Amino acid sequence: MRIWLEKQLHLIDFTLASLARRKSKNIGLLAVYALLVFALASVGLFANALRSEASFVLASSPEVILQRLVAGRHDLIPPGYLEKIGRIRGVQKQEGRLWGYYYDAVVKANYTFMARPAEEIAPGSIAIGATLARLRGLAPGNVISFRAYGGKLFTFRIASLLSPDAELLSADLVLLAEADFRAFFDYPAGHYTDIALSVANPQEVRNIAGKLSQALPDSRPILREEVLRTYQSMFDWREGIMLTILAGAIFAFIILAWEKAAGLSAEERKEIGILKAIGWETGDVIRMKLWEGLLVSLAAFLIGFIAAYIHVFYCGASLLEPVLKGWSVLYPRFTLIPAVDGMQVASLAFFTIFPYCAAVLVPIWRAAITDPDSVMRA
Amino acid sequence: MIELLAVKKAFNQGRSNEYWALNGIDLRIEAGRVTALRGPSGSGKTTLLTLIGCLARPTSGRVRLKGEDISGLPERFLTEIRRQTFGFIFQQFNLIKGLSALENVILPALPTGRPRRELVARAEALLAQLQLSHRAAARVEWLSGGEQQRVAIARALINDPEVIVADEPTANLDTVLSGEFMVILESLSAAGKTVLLSSHDPLVVESPVVHRVIAMRDGRLVDL
Repeated sequence: MRIWLEKQLHLIDFTLASLARRKSKNIGLLAVYALLVFALASVGLFANALRSEASFVLASSPEVILQRLVAGRHDLIPPGYLEKIGRIRGVQKQEGRLWGYYYDAVVKANYTFMARPAEEIAPGSIAIGATLARLRGLAPGNVISFRAYGGKLFTFRIASLLSPDAELLSADLVLLAEADFRAFFDYPAGHYTDIALSVANPQEVRNIAGKLSQALPDSRPILREEVLRTYQSMFDWREGIMLTILAGAIFAFIILAWEKAAGLSAEERKEIGILKAIGWETGDVIRMKLWEGLLVSLAAFLIGFIAAYIHVFYCGASLLEPVLKGWSVLYPRFTLIPAVDGMQVASLAFFTIFPYCAAVLVPIWRAAITDPDSVMRA
Repeated sequence: MIELLAVKKAFNQGRSNEYWALNGIDLRIEAGRVTALRGPSGSGKTTLLTLIGCLARPTSGRVRLKGEDISGLPERFLTEIRRQTFGFIFQQFNLIKGLSALENVILPALPTGRPRRELVARAEALLAQLQLSHRAAARVEWLSGGEQQRVAIARALINDPEVIVADEPTANLDTVLSGEFMVILESLSAAGKTVLLSSHDPLVVESPVVHRVIAMRDGRLVDL
């Protein structure tokens, strides 16, 4: 065992010395390789972290949201619906919600306006998301005016900024008093945008959704798990787009790696012949080259992955933000909680390290089985 | 020590360019002596050295090393014998560029798994013996022809082989360096090594260091 270990150490030593001899070529390859791993790992880590962030934030959202449909389109909840829901067993709490979109031509961005009870937000005041505040340069105590769709100008005082912890969801949010909301959007009294429901037993959510559909046939219950799944699908889809774009780079690298690994130079072939002539076995040569492949690919993987980790969790994934976060104007600024999926890392390691080692093996096998006397005859 | 019986070697056998490099060689090489193979280019000297040094197998005939038939052994066993019993000095030296003299010297010993410290100590001792200590850390491509050959000699001796095989060792050396090589050869012989070399350099084959000269032509042994 000790001899075997010593032998492997010798082979690694020799491999490192060999790599150092072709420094520029190997550093170039390592850089391209690490860059590819960096790009792939960044997309994977970022999408995974966004999924985790969304799950984390949505964990406190209502179990069921009830919308009313007219001709398949979302419509206002008329008076009387909240009372009807109150009679369904298992519903712990129901709350009519008021929200809508507002386009701010100044910054060319859409805001989400949402009404809160008067005890949370005083009339004439608003609470806004941190991204929006940054974009408009607002701070608590400032005043801002919005022109309603009816043409009337409304002025609000900034009461507070929303917690940056939930900036993924609150980036574009404006919270205002119910009376202000109804006046601003000219909303009819007693009507709501949708209804948020709390369910006592999470196992009962689907049953309650069924009962809601029966009691209010023109409504559509949306479950929290469905919202979460939609978010997951959206991030999966964006990740897929990024990976598709990266596919070109991946293929380019495969060609480069194959060229490098498969195309043994005449000098390398001669060296293999020398090693065999002076007492190296075919197996020793193959092991040495496998170490080379493993060291190069492992180093590239580690450099690329660590760089991607720093990029995503410490530099805010600045290179991927526009594609993966998906906001056109209001980019939320939030620190992602480092979330690394072991399976994802293992898959990335396998698909980056294994193909390179395999690409190294085939040509080396062919070169390593050549007769050692070729050195004498050369 | 080494015995060859009716040894033949063909290249490209069965093809239109079939070539018989050796045509029935019967030979005994005594241990502890310096034996030189002499003959013109294409006479089969190098091919004979490759068969004796376990670098290749004969097409027919037998090669015996200390009484054991090694002509049909699989590559793995041949490699083991080659590593333990033979040290090679090639005409072009065949050192690996980019590595230091010391790193080149220890190369044949790496597959043995001996501790690196032990290998380095042995390599340093050999380089010192060949007056090359001061060049141990230098890359081999920075060395002169004579220095490169001494590195090649040290490399051939790292595994302490019984037999040194040298193919045209003075072909790339001037007269002074060739003379120095013969001095080294004498010391190897004095140390009890069996030396087998090929050469058509009169400085080598007519040297008193060489105990026996075997003449070759067209793949056969010929009388001197």
